[in-house]
Amino acid sequence: MERLKFALPKGRLLKPTRSVLESAGLGFDGYAEGSRHYCLVSSCFPHVTGKIFQEKDVPIQVAIGNYDLGVCGRQWVEEFLVRYPLGGLVRVRDFEYGRGSIFAAADARSSPGETSAIRHDNGVVRIVSEYPNLAESFALALRLRRFKVFPVWGAAEAYLPENSDVAVIWRESEDELAAQGLRPLRTLAGGGACLIANASSWARKDMGKLLEGLCRVPSPRDEAKTPGGTVSPEPVALRSENDKDLWMALPDGHQQSHVASFLARAGIATEEYGIKLGNNRPHIGVPGVKVKVVRPQDMPQQVANRNFDVAITGRDWLTDHLYRFPSSPVQEALDLGFGKVRIVAAISGETPVQTVAEVREWMRGEQRPYLRVASEYVNIADNFAREHHLSPYKIVPTWGATEAFIPEDADIVIENTETGRTLAEHNLRIIDTLATSSGCLIVNRNIMSSPDLKDKVLFLVQSLAKGLSA
Amino acid sequence: MSKGQQSSGKCRGTRDMLPADMARFRHIEDIFRERCTKWGYEEVRTPTLEYMHLFTSTGTLTPAMLGKVYSFLDWDGWSGERVVLRPDCTIPVARVCVETAQAKPSPLKLFYVTNVFAFEETGLESREKWQCGAELVGASGPVADAELVKLASETLRLLGLQRVDLKLSHIGVLRALVETLSVDEEQKHQMLDRILEGNIKPLLEAASESAATEKFASLLMELKSESKGFLENVRAMCGPHMGAVQSQLDDFIKFIELLEALYCTYQVDMSSARGFEYYTGPTFQFASGGTLLGSGGRYDALIPLMGGEKVTASGFALYVEPLSNCLKNGAGTIPPWKGVSITTEPNPASVKAAFEVASTLREAGFIADIQFSDETSEKWNWRLSVGTSKFTLIDQQGKANTATSVPEVLKLLESKWNG
Repeated sequence: MERLKFALPKGRLLKPTRSVLESAGLGFDGYAEGSRHYCLVSSCFPHVTGKIFQEKDVPIQVAIGNYDLGVCGRQWVEEFLVRYPLGGLVRVRDFEYGRGSIFAAADARSSPGETSAIRHDNGVVRIVSEYPNLAESFALALRLRRFKVFPVWGAAEAYLPENSDVAVIWRESEDELAAQGLRPLRTLAGGGACLIANASSWARKDMGKLLEGLCRVPSPRDEAKTPGGTVSPEPVALRSENDKDLWMALPDGHQQSHVASFLARAGIATEEYGIKLGNNRPHIGVPGVKVKVVRPQDMPQQVANRNFDVAITGRDWLTDHLYRFPSSPVQEALDLGFGKVRIVAAISGETPVQTVAEVREWMRGEQRPYLRVASEYVNIADNFAREHHLSPYKIVPTWGATEAFIPEDADIVIENTETGRTLAEHNLRIIDTLATSSGCLIVNRNIMSSPDLKDKVLFLVQSLAKGLSA
Repeated sequence: MSKGQQSSGKCRGTRDMLPADMARFRHIEDIFRERCTKWGYEEVRTPTLEYMHLFTSTGTLTPAMLGKVYSFLDWDGWSGERVVLRPDCTIPVARVCVETAQAKPSPLKLFYVTNVFAFEETGLESREKWQCGAELVGASGPVADAELVKLASETLRLLGLQRVDLKLSHIGVLRALVETLSVDEEQKHQMLDRILEGNIKPLLEAASESAATEKFASLLMELKSESKGFLENVRAMCGPHMGAVQSQLDDFIKFIELLEALYCTYQVDMSSARGFEYYTGPTFQFASGGTLLGSGGRYDALIPLMGGEKVTASGFALYVEPLSNCLKNGAGTIPPWKGVSITTEPNPASVKAAFEVASTLREAGFIADIQFSDETSEKWNWRLSVGTSKFTLIDQQGKANTATSVPEVLKLLESKWNG
């Protein structure tokens, strides 16, 4: 039988998707939360293999033909199709789980919150989103006269209202928006998880037996949730040109604990940071410094455009930003030393290659049309491939779990590693170390022309430096 | 090509212009440039890269058009400010007019030969298109419109295109009609977008709420006429709430009267209004055998929207690729070569002699091509074999003449070319 490949989602959709697959007789051994095996085989259909991806990667992997079928949230399909309407995807079935909508939302504190008011605003409308294609489509449909879309990795709601006017975000319901103090301006797309197929596979391959089961089994449903209350936060003053407060971004996610410990060592008190269910506006014990919690990946660009003045992020993300924007005003102010990792190039352990130079020979020998380089660090990866004359190559952007892309969907990964253990577990061999990275304080150098802000930055640097010797 | 080699083929949706294409391109460009210059227009060239907000800030490209724009963050685009590959040339030229308004006399008569970029889904058509366009800014409305129609028509006639249809519409009439309908602002925008995309169905559906408006809309949109009498008749049907429509029809009729006085044949086809939301008055299209060759119209609101003075403005663009395809056989082809193919031995003295004779021949108006192999193309009229002290000239029939000096070679060639 013809081999079929299935792209399976990680995260929130994993459990109900596993249930659907099992009910359809297509269970994959090892498809479970916390699984470290990304490549799976169906227990009943040996010709069907599966791989676990971040949900966002699924429509791309299916569209480009690496996978015949996939399951992901409808919002990622819409995000893909709005940019690539001929994207080669067929939506086969909608499920009843993972339901929600993409909203264009404003902070409930900002007034007015109507789309018509935004449309007639002669200023620049700042839109922040994990869904930049839908955000741009929204802005064009609304005929916004001048707008900027800031793509972010997450925490889009944290930017409202000081650093953004509109967030295009996915939420389960308007109640959930209201519970976060947000007001919907427009619903851009809605739905739950869906089964998608590559258009060419759909037209050419016989997937009838699989689809028969997948389309007939009843879909699990989301559990009913008790509506949360509406948050009515204190009014906030929007940031002005003459703002004398120093705006600082602290990282969310797994970096929080490192940063919170470091701040504690430096004697800087924080409230509601570094704890589960913390606040995205924690307090910090440095006078004149205001803090928000956002994704570390987004910080360099946010500091460059002065949404923030300083941020604690990883040097890896700063480097990636500077490769993309060489004249960016962002620079490292202090190496904080924690979270040390190496940025490495790794290749399959089965590939007879020990060095980058040997990759070129191997490509020629294998008669590969091009090299596939997968990475979250797309600009570092691009620079790496260019500097090592690996042309022709293609960069495969990923949103995590990059090691899973080798060998089927990439030839090389550019990934960070602390000990190299995870790479070794996935049978990957490190062939080059590109750089080392650790947590660092980054600053927009242009703020040093403001005496007030300069003093605050210098004081902050001095305070943080105490954490290095503690 | 072996399995391992990647094709270095061109990007999908792009097209190479080979020597024969370029000859036709230059022919079109030369005639257009010569006409424009004779009509008092001056050439401008705007940058290929523009800020995206130039095109969104005026609200004058439809969302569908903006959705096909090539936009990206520049190397210094960390602020989120996107740049685009120019999707249209009228807006950049209008920007030039606004920025140079103090330094330039009014009216401004400008023309350009430039490329514009828009994504095209099938990849079968080129996503880069060349246009020959003219803009007239600050002249009174209908006369300026008529001048542009005449300039475009004259260019097309000189290109040898005899059977060109001129279709006329008037966006002002359509806007005024949409304003009379009981729909909200958003729906009005969408209705105009659909009209500009060539779909009049939403307009006719919305007009169906009132029998009189429906009748008016269907007669206006669905009938085509070769006479302004049609517009006079439609004007008479305007109800009391359609004063703005009447006023716009008057403007349209004035424009047509001017065209009639200038012996232009035309067809009024209200559904022919296509393209850009910045049009506010008459629009015109040139087509041949169903192929659209160019279009234009009046855009009085664009320059004020960009912060400039309130001035009338009109323009048109002729589309080079369809024009090139419509050129008659022989038009724009490469002229006969007055060319000499020079061959020589690869020793310094012979090469020196070859370069010297080539230089002299070029100064005298010949094309001299030094060959690097023994093969000579048939496109050359003569082959000249250069030795250190002897020149052998061979014509296409193989007849040989010899000469001992460069002036002698030149004399031989001139006598052959002239005789």
